[in-house]
Amino acid sequence: MTDKQPGIRPRLTMGHRLDVAARYAFPVALTTLVLLLLSLPLGLPGQAQMQPAWALASVYFWSLFRPASLPAPSVFLIGLLLDLLAQGPIGVEVLILLLTQAAAISARRFLTRQGFAVVWFAFIGFAVVATATEWFLISFISWRLLPMAPGIFECALAIGAYPLLATLLTRAHRSVAAPELA
Amino acid sequence: MLRLSIQARQALARLTLPVLIVLSLATILLGRATPAVPERMRTALSDALAPIYDALSVPLSGVRDAAADVSQVFSLRDENARLRAENERLRHWYDVAMLLDAENATLKANLHWIPDPTLSFVTARVVADAGGVYARSVLLSVGPNHAVRKGQIALDANGLVGRVTEVGARSARVLLMTDINSRIPVVLEQSRARAILVGENSPYPRLMFLPEGVHPAEGERVVTSAEANAFPAGLLVGTVHYGSTPQPELDPAANLERLEIVRIFDYGLGGIVPPEAPGRAAVAGAPD
Repeated sequence: MTDKQPGIRPRLTMGHRLDVAARYAFPVALTTLVLLLLSLPLGLPGQAQMQPAWALASVYFWSLFRPASLPAPSVFLIGLLLDLLAQGPIGVEVLILLLTQAAAISARRFLTRQGFAVVWFAFIGFAVVATATEWFLISFISWRLLPMAPGIFECALAIGAYPLLATLLTRAHRSVAAPELA
Repeated sequence: MLRLSIQARQALARLTLPVLIVLSLATILLGRATPAVPERMRTALSDALAPIYDALSVPLSGVRDAAADVSQVFSLRDENARLRAENERLRHWYDVAMLLDAENATLKANLHWIPDPTLSFVTARVVADAGGVYARSVLLSVGPNHAVRKGQIALDANGLVGRVTEVGARSARVLLMTDINSRIPVVLEQSRARAILVGENSPYPRLMFLPEGVHPAEGERVVTSAEANAFPAGLLVGTVHYGSTPQPELDPAANLERLEIVRIFDYGLGGIVPPEAPGRAAVAGAPD
């Protein structure tokens, strides 16, 4: 929390502090929970692609709009969970999500001042680079040219779902995930 | 709580991300160098999640079945007519089968045929589709004192599903035959030509290394071959199918998209180590 107004204020009560902590924890908790939900046997078409697409969109969104609530170690753990849930080589999603966060944070000053369309266009670039990196890394590690179709589908899914996800996440960002409202 | 100066804290915060990126690269290398470690982590996670999946899979499959029921109501008439016709045909085949069975029994008795051993199997519920973007596998929930071992063979009601590749305390993972790492020796039932069934992460695995000049017919049945001592001979895998390419593919007999219950058979075969998922090489002497 940043103290913008100096001065003496009453100590926060226990409930208040818990509230602040819960709001800080919201992005990580939501990302993890949805990842676990998407690993359930729901039988949805393209469910395998939804997990990395969701993780990418979520890390991108929170790194842009609330980086303090998505510390890098938690991104590391989210990536590790994703790697363990999927059957890919371990560490690939960790690397991709961390690089996504690093790039999003460095583009933050510019992107957060733009309208939704620009943020979405930037995300298209992120999704393309991320899925291409994923495909390349897994192909390289398993030393075999893997089919590209699942990666392309994942990329399209992430791009297509982003507007809806961003709408929902923006609501959360302004309400339940806002520590300043506690 | 450690008290640091503002500068130190800022420097530390700026360093976290690069350090973690380096750490993730190290994780990739470590996962390559010691494949047993990620496998153990994965099994531990599966073991932790399997009971939750198991509890949720019952209502979930109930919902799915209810949805299927609703859509079936509309095609009841056609379905009924089709089933009647099929029943007629099957009745004929039943008579033929009974005749052949009796004949087979007499012939075997005359030949002093060594009977095939009765197989032991366990039935397990598929609780999660555990494949990723570049893998095809399913997670099974098995009891705490199960007898599932690596390399055992999974079948559903219709045919071969795949092989057990990871076994934990409460869960087991089956690598589907459609996974890109799956290789299964097969035989075409009519022409007796041998081939290798190669998974491609697509719904239709490819039939490769067919003998020169063999062109399997569309719809020809494909069964497992006992070569390499990894599979018993004669398990139904699927039928030959031609997609957009001239290369023959296989239409799996098992319903791999909607697996709910599989049977794990113990054929006592240990021919080769189970195929590995990308990034994980075989481990000699790994606990199975």
